[in-house]
Amino acid sequence: MLGYAGKILYLDLTIGKSYTEKLSEETAKKYIGGIGLGMHLYLTKSKKGTEPFSPENPLVLSVGPLTATMFPTGGNGHAFISKSPATGGVGESVSHGTFGTELKRAGYDAVVITGKAEKPIYLLIDDDSIQLRDACQLWGRAPSEVEDAIKEEIGDFYVRVAAIGIAGEKLSKIACIINDKTRAAGRTGLGAVMGSKNLKAIAVRGTNDVTIHKPEEFFNLVKEFHERMKGPATQKYRTMGSTENLMQQNSMHCVPTRNYNNSHFELAENISSTVINQHFVAKIIACNSCAMRCEHEVVIKDGAYRGTMARIEYDNLWAFGPNCGVDKLNSIIKAAERCNYFGLDAQSVGGIVSFIMDCYERGILTKENLDGIDAHFGNASAMLSIIDKIGKREGLGNLFADGVKVAATKLGDKAEQLAQHIKGLEVTGYDLRCLKTAALSCAVSFRGADHNRSGAVTIDLKGKVDRLKAETGRGKLVKDLEDQFNIIDSLIVCKNAKNTFYKDFEEMTKIYNATTGLGITQQELETAGERIQTLAKLINIREGLTRKDDTLPWKVMNQPITEDVPAKGAVVTKDELNLMLDDYYQTRGYNKQGIPTTVKLQELGLSDYLELTETKEA
Amino acid sequence: MTTRYQDRKFIVSDPEKCSGCRLCEYACSMANEKTFNPDKSRIRVITTGPLTNMAVSCRKCEDPVCVASCPKNALSQEENTGIIRVNEHSCTGCGWCIGACPFGAINLHHIKKIAYTCNNCTDIDIHADSKQKNEPQCIQWCPKNALQFITSETLAQKTRQKIVTQLFETRENNNSNKEKNQNS
Repeated sequence: MLGYAGKILYLDLTIGKSYTEKLSEETAKKYIGGIGLGMHLYLTKSKKGTEPFSPENPLVLSVGPLTATMFPTGGNGHAFISKSPATGGVGESVSHGTFGTELKRAGYDAVVITGKAEKPIYLLIDDDSIQLRDACQLWGRAPSEVEDAIKEEIGDFYVRVAAIGIAGEKLSKIACIINDKTRAAGRTGLGAVMGSKNLKAIAVRGTNDVTIHKPEEFFNLVKEFHERMKGPATQKYRTMGSTENLMQQNSMHCVPTRNYNNSHFELAENISSTVINQHFVAKIIACNSCAMRCEHEVVIKDGAYRGTMARIEYDNLWAFGPNCGVDKLNSIIKAAERCNYFGLDAQSVGGIVSFIMDCYERGILTKENLDGIDAHFGNASAMLSIIDKIGKREGLGNLFADGVKVAATKLGDKAEQLAQHIKGLEVTGYDLRCLKTAALSCAVSFRGADHNRSGAVTIDLKGKVDRLKAETGRGKLVKDLEDQFNIIDSLIVCKNAKNTFYKDFEEMTKIYNATTGLGITQQELETAGERIQTLAKLINIREGLTRKDDTLPWKVMNQPITEDVPAKGAVVTKDELNLMLDDYYQTRGYNKQGIPTTVKLQELGLSDYLELTETKEA
Repeated sequence: MTTRYQDRKFIVSDPEKCSGCRLCEYACSMANEKTFNPDKSRIRVITTGPLTNMAVSCRKCEDPVCVASCPKNALSQEENTGIIRVNEHSCTGCGWCIGACPFGAINLHHIKKIAYTCNNCTDIDIHADSKQKNEPQCIQWCPKNALQFITSETLAQKTRQKIVTQLFETRENNNSNKEKNQNS
């Protein structure tokens, strides 16, 4: 079983003890690695109803079978899995960079962390040596500072660090875990789970070999993929970057603007990828083993924020730009940098700022509620003040540091209609009213609102289906993509390089077998993708999520697009959503309530979990 | 034909182009050690900040201090190629060469416990299917062409050419800008 490290590390922070277990071949084949293996470990090692911030809630860190190999973009990912404080269901977030490679070389496929340290500590995994080290001096500091401090303390430049910021310490439900200074396992608030354990950072150093099963076959595949990476498959990411989406989507009127009040940002040209690349991009850097490199590092060259550096992609550009009505790139970049500083998920923060602005403009919130901040849409300095307060959980931060769902519940019905979230996770930069396959995908996404759980949004954007229509058949489209994305997140390969796979499962099977020698069939890998999806669903079912949670934000269902474009009047009605949900559940082998049938669970080899569905099966 | 000492090639990295992907480390360790392990690579990437990456490897110095510093005379330099050879029997892993090398380009192999450094991929039999037969693996894999396998003479030539070209380009631009300003 090459490729895998073959070991899982279990660690209890309360008693400060650790032990390892072998990763069995069966488990490896069944759950692959990354989020699949992580969610399997989560489900088996946690109890029903465990509070996200309770010491008993395990935080799982995992890598994939390709991690630390030379396979382009496959060599660098890691995933965090736990119960999400934001959604109450399964939380998972994948990040790239160099952190994961070191964990694999240290000899672990996954780390399961439970318990709570008495005082702030950081975990050092140095091959076989597992140390809990004092982090009192690091408490209150930014992830990038923590990384530098730990490297200094250990005296080893090649130590890799994933750390939380102040937001994670203060248990903000939108806190992320940052590695390699600018990379984040951003979504679902897992930074707060780390904070709840008094775990400031995880530092890893590994010196072991990572050996593959069939080097020759492997290298032929690597060479092929390297060539593809130089071609059109990755052009956008290599050149202008994902920020190119903005102008494209804007012309199609599917950029949610000012908290979904518009679907087109009239000032988008001021913050387009052309401007970003011409005036701000200092360098495009790469993750470990990646041949295309896509990380656009931007630097502000003049003005009050001179010297500020951050990574800008479509997602955070949208969150602070169109979503907040802001067209000043300096402020958008500053906002992104502040999120890295505090350890906040930029997408969710953008969602909260726009929610506050929407409430303010509609009179639900006033200056008095907002510490005197004039929170009109487009007010860039207001945006930055709000982010600071959320990061430090000061003043208005007390109300808003836990995301729009929590805030809206406290503010009442009217505010709840403005809260753009699914299952408690803030929406991303794709107007779901006129992207209906994406709407279904986001509604059923096990981690809440996120386009990254299936990428169905591209089907809509590329015109492969009528994006304004909800019809039978979308369920199958979403299911197939979800299964694929589950494998992508389990291997772990990068979604930006997804198009380099011309034949998805076939090629993924080849690379998996050349690396591990486990000899699985394409069908088995496809089934694994389906199994991982259902596994996530089982966690959500166990934690009490039901069909009513597979829904869409109020505005997506009730506030039509007003601009005079083909999509004018578009919303996803209740009937449309129900139609698509029924279709999707049926395709998945779930009943009307979205509960996997006994037959399906048996087919997927998940019979162990029958008790979770038995009482609910209608 | 004997190689002249000034024809010795070494690996240089262009920090402007290096994206920090570390493919060179993987390619090197796989070629020389049959495994993926940067700690066994003869070329190492240094990242001092998100914008600054550069790979470092043996410079094949003309008067190598690593060789001079070895108390066991375990190190020697190949006349033609400039490659530093380590006698596995004599090397005690004392690390004087590591302290002496101003580039940190010679390392202690953490399994064999002896010094090792770049051999231009001459000890391995993988050139058979390589496109450019005599180039080390790191050069062939670098996706951004940030690495060059080059002699000091060619490196100096290229640098001169680049700097002079830039000089004239700047002058031309300045002149044309002046013309534009005068016209407007």
